[in-house]
Amino acid sequence: MDASGPYDPTLDYPEGPAIAEIAGGGDIKPWRPLHVTRRNFLRGVVCSGIVIGGSSYLFSAATPARADARGVERMMSLTVNGKTRHVDVAPNETLGYTVRYRLGLTGTKIGCNQAECGACTVMADGRTIYSCSTLTHRMRGKDIVTVEGIAAADGTLHPVQQAFIDELAPQCGFCTPGQVVAGVALLNANPNPTEEEARVAMSGNLCRCGAYEHYLRGVMKAAREV
Amino acid sequence: MAYRLIGNDFTPPDIEAKVTGSAKYAEDFRADGMVHVKVFGSPMPHAKVKSIDADEAMKIPGFVALLLPDEVKQPDVTGFPILTSEPKYHGQPIVAVAAETEQAAADTVAALKVDLEMLPFVVDPLDSLRQGGANALEGGNVSGRGVDFQELKWTGKDFAAAAENELPRGAAPIEWSFGDIDAGFAEAAVIVEDSFVHATNSHHAMEPRSAAAFWENGKCHVWGSTQSTSFAQPGLARMIGIELKDLVFVAEYCGGGFGGKATSYPLMALPALMSKKLGGRPCHLRVSRFEEYANGMARSGFQGWTRLGFASDGRITAADIFVVQDLGPTTGFPDFNNVGNAFSVVFQPPNMRFRAVPVLTNTVPKGPQRGPGENQTANMFEPLIDKAARELGIDRIAMREVNAPGNGGVGAKIGAKQGPLTSAFLKEALTQGAETFGWAERSANSGMRKGPKARGYGVASAYHSAGSSGFDGLVRITPDGTLHVHTGVGNLGTYSYGSTSRVAAEVLGYDWDHVVIERGGTARHIPFNLGQFGSNTSFTMARTNYVAAMDAKAKLLEIAASSHGGDPDDYDISDERIVRKSDMGVVMTFAEAAQMAVDMGDKYAGHVLPDDIHEMTRTSAMAIAGTGLVGVAKDTLPKDGTAPALTASFVEVDVDVETGSVEILDFLTVSDCGIVNHPTGLAAQSRGGAVMGFGLALTERHIYDPAYGIPNAASFYHGKPLSYLDVPLNTQWGAVNQPDPQNPMGIRGVGEPLQGSASAALLCAISDALGGHLFNRIPVVTDMIVNAAAGQPQSHKPLATNTV
Ligand code: FES
Ligand code: FES
Repeated sequence: MDASGPYDPTLDYPEGPAIAEIAGGGDIKPWRPLHVTRRNFLRGVVCSGIVIGGSSYLFSAATPARADARGVERMMSLTVNGKTRHVDVAPNETLGYTVRYRLGLTGTKIGCNQAECGACTVMADGRTIYSCSTLTHRMRGKDIVTVEGIAAADGTLHPVQQAFIDELAPQCGFCTPGQVVAGVALLNANPNPTEEEARVAMSGNLCRCGAYEHYLRGVMKAAREV
Repeated sequence: MAYRLIGNDFTPPDIEAKVTGSAKYAEDFRADGMVHVKVFGSPMPHAKVKSIDADEAMKIPGFVALLLPDEVKQPDVTGFPILTSEPKYHGQPIVAVAAETEQAAADTVAALKVDLEMLPFVVDPLDSLRQGGANALEGGNVSGRGVDFQELKWTGKDFAAAAENELPRGAAPIEWSFGDIDAGFAEAAVIVEDSFVHATNSHHAMEPRSAAAFWENGKCHVWGSTQSTSFAQPGLARMIGIELKDLVFVAEYCGGGFGGKATSYPLMALPALMSKKLGGRPCHLRVSRFEEYANGMARSGFQGWTRLGFASDGRITAADIFVVQDLGPTTGFPDFNNVGNAFSVVFQPPNMRFRAVPVLTNTVPKGPQRGPGENQTANMFEPLIDKAARELGIDRIAMREVNAPGNGGVGAKIGAKQGPLTSAFLKEALTQGAETFGWAERSANSGMRKGPKARGYGVASAYHSAGSSGFDGLVRITPDGTLHVHTGVGNLGTYSYGSTSRVAAEVLGYDWDHVVIERGGTARHIPFNLGQFGSNTSFTMARTNYVAAMDAKAKLLEIAASSHGGDPDDYDISDERIVRKSDMGVVMTFAEAAQMAVDMGDKYAGHVLPDDIHEMTRTSAMAIAGTGLVGVAKDTLPKDGTAPALTASFVEVDVDVETGSVEILDFLTVSDCGIVNHPTGLAAQSRGGAVMGFGLALTERHIYDPAYGIPNAASFYHGKPLSYLDVPLNTQWGAVNQPDPQNPMGIRGVGEPLQGSASAALLCAISDALGGHLFNRIPVVTDMIVNAAAGQPQSHKPLATNTV
């Protein structure tokens, strides 16, 4: 075997995916922007599921589809990061979807969309919630804070954000918005947590990069400063 | 030599966007008129599409388009298609739909009627090797990098010859050896012989592989999630069917890859192809967690057997290794090669035979996952080293020190050809780690009981190759004096795009505040760099940035000579100025020199380029030509041998023999990764790698239902990555900090072994707590521990995969 040393990584990782060469193709036809009505646009609501379609054939329980979202949207007002916003929201629409796709606040991340990871963590009246698994209509009258609402209006970072930078806590950064919100909510409720309290408070936020120790150090450092 | 930047921490320029939420990942892409793409995934593990009835689907309000398998490029039988009419695993995309809203897209998928004919399938490699066993693909069951697609069935005799718990060993398409294993075993004082199973597991990147694309003016714009901004592009362009120059790629952030997004992948091309069909209309593909699980690749599992001989001083005299790799339904990744190589590096056997059979299964496609093959090696073999140490009565550190490559790698060898290593200090890492960890004192508590809890200690090593050559560097000094380091390294979260850029700044003596890193996509005019994978970035791109900076330096001195007379040699650089060597008098600032370069044009401003650089680098250099002094070069520095990343990990655990729970009390990893360039970065990787490794050892695995070929562990919960509550959060890290002679700055990276040595050390610690009980199965889940502690038989069949 040629590939059996001495070698370098390019032998294992060819340019592009580790797949056989792909052949064939098609032409490009011109595109004119289609008319998108506001009504159609606003119908985009949360849904997931890959095998929904095939499920009537065999193995029907392979992937549970999310509840049908084809209800009538209703206008509601939502207080996000101190501002009241009026949005049309479908009956089963999740807060994670609303902030990301209707309000353009893409800092809140969707890692699992099923209450497993905490990437979507936001605050509602100061308490952390998984926005992927919270119905937006239930947030009427609540004060929602997303990661975009953590820094001061002039851009000054919150001590938790600054401490995360100082401790090089974020790696890929995808869990970071959730970690920031969880850390801030903790210190709002308990400005002097013990390490153990902080660890438990943060434990709803998975980090696949495994940066827990650095995030925890960040929270404890911020606690000394707030 | 003392460095100004190398070896010191810095604040990566992208990190603030991560804490404020302004960092844009692929799914954060939005455009006017954007349509939503979804896929119909196969409900069967192996099938043929007989017909697709879209009549109802096309009536869904908001429906825009369908994309069928025959509208996209199709790979060879063992390739990884974008859409397929012969799905080979559950969830594989067959049809893509586009609709005005995501809900309409989902409704369209739900209304599609896809008539499928079920085909035979297999989820356990050994089942496929039996006479009459199913083939995962029509026409064959064995493939792999460098292995022809073929049907391979072992004889009944092959199976019968194996003892009850022993791996049968029939014909193997991969076989290599060196030395004389018979002689090696003849001189062994102790021989250990065991079979083992290593599960497959998901990458579980927190960000699913969403993508978005549109076409404009003949160019295809793609937002993708990848570890490798440059290196992903050629493959992506090929999948889309365009020239590299027609791809505009944006990949500023990557929400976790761990090998699963090492380069490009079929789903990344899908929105671009749908957009092409729609005349360029923006298309957005939001990938769900389940879709990520089904299509996001996984680490290959193994079923294996080994016979290891040891002399009375613990030195390995012979190793005979046989592994069967669960390849998934495509060519997958050559983890099998890496098993043989990794063993040969970490234990330096004088005599060795390696055999491997990569077997196709109808399970999630396998790709590289952090230490692909190497980390399974650590997990499979390190507990066996402990077994031999116990039989010989040798301390487990000493057992490893006597075999490990050390002393700079003198005499150390790798693989079938027994090639050299660029340098190696694994032995020193073991010694240093044992000292820091307090191994001698602490391990005296091995087996100590406190109620149901038993204390255990483990040590293990791991390896991954860590560097390449032949890639390009590109830097630019603009007339304002700023140094722009253009880098095509991805943003996986290791910040090595930044730490390697600092090499260019170091060479040119720059204040870090005067440096801008240009990264994140083609618009930043990036050179062709190797990807951010395989522990290679630090070594490889320290070299590319070094050669580009040296080119810039040479040009600076030439400019000084041309304007102030004399030879370039008469000048030097200091504090971002050119000085005369004779009296250190300042001739001009870098800013002035950059303006002169613009005025002089030619090679100085990037109008004339070296012949040997990659097409991508050439395009980028041409785009920035005339804007400053351009340093550009291909890395042709000498490189002989394999650059290794090596680690030694130490773990302390309490194992509850009544509940099977494992409490990791402490761990330490010491790395041999050359000169440490970014200390806190190494700390973060050491700890993060360990967390991932502990999950690999304890909880993470794929489980396929053998009766239906359906994944039964398709969520975080079912293959649990560890959380804040599962790991110690006050730990140390270390490095031997010895330079690699084949890197101009002595730098070598480390990424994958940080996971492998930690997971293997944990497995060894659990065994140690249980008096040396060997599980020979990874992960070691709680009921295995309870059964072992109670002296009960395990609930899984020997060598079975897909066990809970
Ligand atoms: S996205 Fe909400 S918990 Fe994972
Ligand atoms: S930083 Fe990557 S998941 Fe936490």
